[in-house]
Amino acid sequence: MLDTLQTFMNDYGWNILALIGFSLLLLVVLLVIIAFLLLMDRKVWAAVQMRRGPNVVGPFGLLQSFADLLKFVLKEPIIPSGSDKVVFLLAPLATATCALASWAVIPVNENSWGKWVISDMNVGILYLLAISSLGVYGIVMGGWASNSKYPFMGALRSAAQMVSYEVSIGFVIISVLLCVGSLNVTDVVNAQKTGVGTTLGMTSSLLDWHWLPLFPMFVIFFISALAETNRPPFDLVEAESELVAGFMVEYSSTPYLLYMLGEYVSIVAMCAMTTILFLGGWLPPLDIWPLNAVPGLFWFLIKVVFVFFMFAMVKAMVPRYRYDQLMRLGWKVFLPLSLLMVVITAAVLQFGGFLS
Amino acid sequence: MASALFFYLFAVLAVASGASVILTKNPVHAVLFLILAFFNAAGLFVLLQAEFLAMLLVIVYVGAVSVLFLFVVMMLDVDFAELKAGFIKNAKVGALIGGVVLVELIALFGYRGLALSPVMNPSAPIPANITNTRALGQILYTNYVYYFQGAGLILLVAMIGAIVLTLKHRQGVKRQSISAQVARGPATGLEVIKVPSGGSVIPPAVKHPEAAE
Repeated sequence: MLDTLQTFMNDYGWNILALIGFSLLLLVVLLVIIAFLLLMDRKVWAAVQMRRGPNVVGPFGLLQSFADLLKFVLKEPIIPSGSDKVVFLLAPLATATCALASWAVIPVNENSWGKWVISDMNVGILYLLAISSLGVYGIVMGGWASNSKYPFMGALRSAAQMVSYEVSIGFVIISVLLCVGSLNVTDVVNAQKTGVGTTLGMTSSLLDWHWLPLFPMFVIFFISALAETNRPPFDLVEAESELVAGFMVEYSSTPYLLYMLGEYVSIVAMCAMTTILFLGGWLPPLDIWPLNAVPGLFWFLIKVVFVFFMFAMVKAMVPRYRYDQLMRLGWKVFLPLSLLMVVITAAVLQFGGFLS
Repeated sequence: MASALFFYLFAVLAVASGASVILTKNPVHAVLFLILAFFNAAGLFVLLQAEFLAMLLVIVYVGAVSVLFLFVVMMLDVDFAELKAGFIKNAKVGALIGGVVLVELIALFGYRGLALSPVMNPSAPIPANITNTRALGQILYTNYVYYFQGAGLILLVAMIGAIVLTLKHRQGVKRQSISAQVARGPATGLEVIKVPSGGSVIPPAVKHPEAAE
């Protein structure tokens, strides 16, 4: 028995321990960053509306998210008597777990130590697509299990909305993959070291990243990411003017907290995906001395925060879409446009020979 | 050893959730168990080093097909008493079909033997130094491109058929025309009326085309 254990530990054990250690490190850092991003979201929103935003807990309200966390955890969870209790409690867990699971393949840096990623799998992009398409289950399950009208309507809306926008996200990812030639996430970033700028004879810079040659896809991806994560202006799933709070009406305390957490984790994951696919991941904006000496993690974070800032600004400025307009945008505008762009990208790569 | 452990974990969970799909009374629970079964099947694909198939299974079946299942099943109002009455009525036919499948399975295992090794059929060798996604693509889009196109055409026909069967253009429904709204300018959308001081103006009845219906 002891021998078996020893061989097992030698074969797998240390890898598993290292994996658990790195995963915990990633999760802790991620959650702390998200606590502050949530505060930033509220502060940006407040600034646009000329309010102060949260400013009481801690200096400049910096500890507001942690105060909210404590408050949610200490409140009484209320489970409606007519609900399907197991599914009701499983739903927020599913949301949070799926959102956190997507971070397993997101690389944050690459240097002489190796790739800074939990699992460097060769179908990483497909894994991200698969996991982001699972986010809908938490909402649908929660909406159904609440056994109440508004949550149910929210669940029905989300099922249609998230499936529609996955299609255009899939096509955007396909066109990026055509330019890269690999499904590995790290390869996607490394492929952006050369591009339009280097073809013109410049040193590696932000002109090489995919946002420039694939600009229409960048815009489509950004808007689809908003819809996929149920962010305003596409938050019809929880539209408070029509559905009170949609699928979250019956939730309170920690299950509600898990929903909010899952939502923000998947938003930041989408920001990271935008960064990796279009904004060059951890590559410096100009490959010259003072900039390329800065650790790649810093550039990665800066870009993620920049994309998140754009998410927050959109939330603050754009009025909510009506449901039929949302469906029209997804199926009649984005789907043909992204399909056309896939064909154009493939044609340019096959016959043009530039834009690699 | 670890792969055998995971094989039995995924296999047992897949079989158990597959059984639960037909044993649970609540149809929504049945769909959720079906999703669990898909997940475990994806896990088995990963163990066979077919990670591309595993991801496709999750994206297509879990991410899209099951969502639509759930969407439909959630809106069903199932009467369990009626369902049970139907069960007793159809039990004979069900028993007959089940009996035939059982005989077939016995014949199969009698022919092949009851070996329960985790890997009866190891995966085909993956060509060296290319990923198996690329290998799959090279085979599918070069050797079998006509079959691939044929399958695509059949799916297209099915899709158009479904649309033709269900699409109804209802008359007398207000529809939004975004281009007409965007094209609307001050000349057509605005009317300036001089109001005499101390007096009042009763605006002429606004002509709405749909109000006439």
